[in-house]
Amino acid sequence: MSTTHPRRRRSLVVGALAAATLVLGACTNGSSGDGDTSDAIAKSNTDNDKSGDKVVIGFSAPAADHGWMGSITKSAVAQAEEYDDIELKVAEGTNDVNLQISQVETFINDKVDAIVLLPFDGAAMTSVAQKAMDAGIIVVNVDREFDSPFAARTTVLGDNYGMGVSAGTFVCEDAAGKKGLKVAEIAGIDSLPLTQERSKGFADALKACGLKVDNRVAAEFTVESGEKAASNLLQAAPKIDYLWNHDDDQGVGVMAAIKNAGRDEFTMIGGAGSANVMRDIKADNTVLKATVVYPSTQAADGIKLARLLAQDKSMSDLAEIEVPRMLKLSAPVVTKENVDTYLPSAFES
Amino acid sequence: MSASLRDPSLTVPAKPPRGDRGGNLGLARNLGLVVALVILCIVGVVTAGDRFASSDNVLTILRLAAVIGVVSIGMTFVITGGGIDLSVGAIVALSSVWATTTGTQAMADNIGWIAMVFSAVLVGTACGAINGVLIAYGRVVPFIATLAMLASARGLAEIIADRKTQIIRNQGFLDFFGAEPLGIPVIVIIFAVVTVAGWFLLNRTTFGRRTFAVGGNPEAARLAGIKVQRHTVYLYALLGLTCGIAAVMLMSRTTTGSSTHGTSYELDAIAAVVIGGTLLSGGRGTVVGTLFGVLIFTTLTNVFTLNNLSTSAQAVAKGVIIVIAVLLQQRIANRKT
Repeated sequence: MSTTHPRRRRSLVVGALAAATLVLGACTNGSSGDGDTSDAIAKSNTDNDKSGDKVVIGFSAPAADHGWMGSITKSAVAQAEEYDDIELKVAEGTNDVNLQISQVETFINDKVDAIVLLPFDGAAMTSVAQKAMDAGIIVVNVDREFDSPFAARTTVLGDNYGMGVSAGTFVCEDAAGKKGLKVAEIAGIDSLPLTQERSKGFADALKACGLKVDNRVAAEFTVESGEKAASNLLQAAPKIDYLWNHDDDQGVGVMAAIKNAGRDEFTMIGGAGSANVMRDIKADNTVLKATVVYPSTQAADGIKLARLLAQDKSMSDLAEIEVPRMLKLSAPVVTKENVDTYLPSAFES
Repeated sequence: MSASLRDPSLTVPAKPPRGDRGGNLGLARNLGLVVALVILCIVGVVTAGDRFASSDNVLTILRLAAVIGVVSIGMTFVITGGGIDLSVGAIVALSSVWATTTGTQAMADNIGWIAMVFSAVLVGTACGAINGVLIAYGRVVPFIATLAMLASARGLAEIIADRKTQIIRNQGFLDFFGAEPLGIPVIVIIFAVVTVAGWFLLNRTTFGRRTFAVGGNPEAARLAGIKVQRHTVYLYALLGLTCGIAAVMLMSRTTTGSSTHGTSYELDAIAAVVIGGTLLSGGRGTVVGTLFGVLIFTTLTNVFTLNNLSTSAQAVAKGVIIVIAVLLQQRIANRKT
């Protein structure tokens, strides 16, 4: 612990300087001193959690057909329950864009204050989100971006490219400069932009330390597809040093395939951050040594932001007096050392 | 069984099925498929060499083919009998979830996993029987009845599992199905047994003859004394049974039960059956052809992965293979008749 202190102190200083610069820059008279800074912070650190005006929020997300998506809705509902001033209307999860559009239309007709929307397909949901915004309803877009910046007041995104970068950086650091190591990758659905971004981030990070992906295969985010893809991949690569699997739900199948093949010569990194993978990392008795978090609590953050926006509040811990237009969540690497920090908020796959 | 049923000329009004039921395992008729599989294997050996031809890799291909293979054998019966089943993937999912739920309950350790296996097989058979009853006695079109089963079985699986992956921790189950007696994985042995049993049932028994008759011309079959409705229920129940067996195999492969298991099995199984030479309109079917159909698709995926090629290219190749195999098969079949 003691080794982290200097770094933390340094980041605090940097953060404070940055915040001060922001506030100073925002001030028009340019003569502000400490007094103004603390004023701004005091304003943004208002009693955000205190009960305020009643807010009706409509929530719609795709069908909870795997652990991560299941956790999205559950954590959003749990978040709303923490506030007695939120009335949450939850639409049935659906992978049918047509149905999701009609759900949003119903919210518009009901004149809700805000809509938190995790679209099944961001492009397809853009026009109805725009319609809601035009009707004066605050739209908070989660996870999959709309085509138009006007269709949402605020967007909360996970960092897919960052996930790849985190996984690749972990490999580079762990490999400690060794060359010629074999790296394999089990991606998710190849046609999805999120998969392409993850793979690009991974390749870019590996390039920095002279490594590349030698064997790559795509699965479909399910246990079964993970098992199938991994079985073939393990045949294709007789020796692997590092294996990154994009998704911990399909990772259950990947692990089964690894066990079936009796392979343990490599280090595996997971993706998304499920609770069972974190327990494996903690137990440290499999090839799984790390996972990269893709937060399943982003819709819960969407609910919090929608409430703030509807109640005309700002975000605490920011000097800015408005809620930001976009939040990109971090993709930290979870290892044996820090697993206890992340385990409580992990989803069960 | 009526006496008339023992006379093949009465039970099988149409002649064409004879060739399919011949004693030569239908290899000549399946020449197109054999050629396609051999070409694939040559491509595999040329491009991936020892990695493709190694016994480990061959076993991997067989393991991957086993689960969808068992479902496809069941599908061969239903399609030969003039039906179709779109619910197989959902039935596999429901069976696996039901079994893992049973298995994770506080049951006696010694019989726990056997109860799991039985419940999977029972649930599969029951779902198939429900399909059969709806189609035969309810006169619901097979497409619609099984579409309804697809939706409801998958939904029920999601409800039971709460959309979570249920991990099997019963060591007895994992040890039994994960074993490799004489170096051959148990699920490959199950696949072989189901294939041989399927071939025998379709080509060497009264049940098989009735299946051809019902699929070829249900009215003629009825006039010949076959209880067409009852036989239809048996056919769908049989497919449900194979789905239950496939669920158990899949559970041992993935060590889980999940409502996402069996996704797109209906299309994979129908594709394997049809390129195997079974007529979608019924009355003609071959288990050996189906076996080749499954092996071709599985080998294709394996060869592509060994060569690090993308899934999109794989999808294109899959489409091309379907067309080539069917065209080859038609030409050979036309030449022979």
